[in-house]
Amino acid sequence: MNERTRIFLDGIFRQNAVYRQILGICSTLAVTNLLTNTLVMSVGLTFVTAMSSFTVSLLRKITPPRIRMMVQVMIIATYVIVVDLILKAYLPDISERLGPYVGLIITNCIIMGRAEAFAAKYPPWPSFLDGLAMGLGYTLVLMSIALVREILGFGTLFGFLILPEQWTRWTIMAMAPGAFFMLGIVIWIMNIIDPPEKIESS
Amino acid sequence: MNGSTGSALVIFFAAVFTNNIVLTNFLGMCSFLSVSRAVKSSIGLGWAVVFVMTTTSGINWLVYHHILVPLDLVFLRFAVFIVVIAGFVQFVEIIMERFTPALYFALGIFLPLITVNCAVLGVALFMVIRDYSFLESVGYGLGGGLGFLVAITILAALRWRIRKSKVIPALQGAGISVILAGIMALGFVAFSGMISIN
Repeated sequence: MNERTRIFLDGIFRQNAVYRQILGICSTLAVTNLLTNTLVMSVGLTFVTAMSSFTVSLLRKITPPRIRMMVQVMIIATYVIVVDLILKAYLPDISERLGPYVGLIITNCIIMGRAEAFAAKYPPWPSFLDGLAMGLGYTLVLMSIALVREILGFGTLFGFLILPEQWTRWTIMAMAPGAFFMLGIVIWIMNIIDPPEKIESS
Repeated sequence: MNGSTGSALVIFFAAVFTNNIVLTNFLGMCSFLSVSRAVKSSIGLGWAVVFVMTTTSGINWLVYHHILVPLDLVFLRFAVFIVVIAGFVQFVEIIMERFTPALYFALGIFLPLITVNCAVLGVALFMVIRDYSFLESVGYGLGGGLGFLVAITILAALRWRIRKSKVIPALQGAGISVILAGIMALGFVAFSGMISIN
């Protein structure tokens, strides 16, 4: 397995942003009640993470260390504005439903974390791959949470009814506590399937 | 009491209880889960958030309605809000270090964390989407901050209580905290119906 494949796979699984590093939890919980919202959000976040890692890395040699954070935030904000304008123009309904969470991609710790931990030290191309992998890892976790929450909470899949009308909806799944429980379960399952080197004790 | 003060009060209480920003809107989750290891630092961070959130929501409201809207630069709001928040935090840090060293050592270490705390930016964005007046925005900021303080203190206390319990190894640390937060969220659902904001 070469270096790039390893960076890529590590980003998706071993160092998964959501269940391993516990980053980007705000949107993980907030947008996962419906699959369509989740998909749009994930694509947006993956785009922003990959592109801003690439840009941060491109500018890493000429960024003054003292204002490094500020420069990174501005780069991220620029891409988030791009995503926001595209969503407003082409998918106004979903943009409305996602509300402030698109803007909150700026403060999503995944992007800042990767810019700081990876992109500031490595060349543009591996940084882009790392950002992309982080985004895909995030997408994977969010889609699996959303799948369970939408089926149990609304009885639908991408908005199509799949469970019979008599099915009693688990309203709790569509609400806040359901999101927390599902994330807890995902962390649980992933720690069993792919145990981290050392389980941190609280 | 005129209409605006009344609605600001309703928004304030809603942000603390029924629509707690942490447990219903999931804002500020990163620091909520990572700082809640100790009760003392949770309370420190909580107060720092209350202060920054209340003041920046006021400043951001003024900037949005008096600079961005007249100049038709609304699409730049994400960048502008985050600069206001980061700039304000930096400013407070310098002032505190100079004049109130004791307070600086108590809260100072939490201030840089707040810049990336999505709750502060989230409150600013909600205030724009819901079209709040100035007073309502400040009430929302204050309520949001106190809501964060309440939630993080309870979670830290719960985590302290279970430190001797036998948690399943795969759930230790983050896993059990998230589930605890879920149980807390369930508790806060009980407040819904008392007051509501749209």
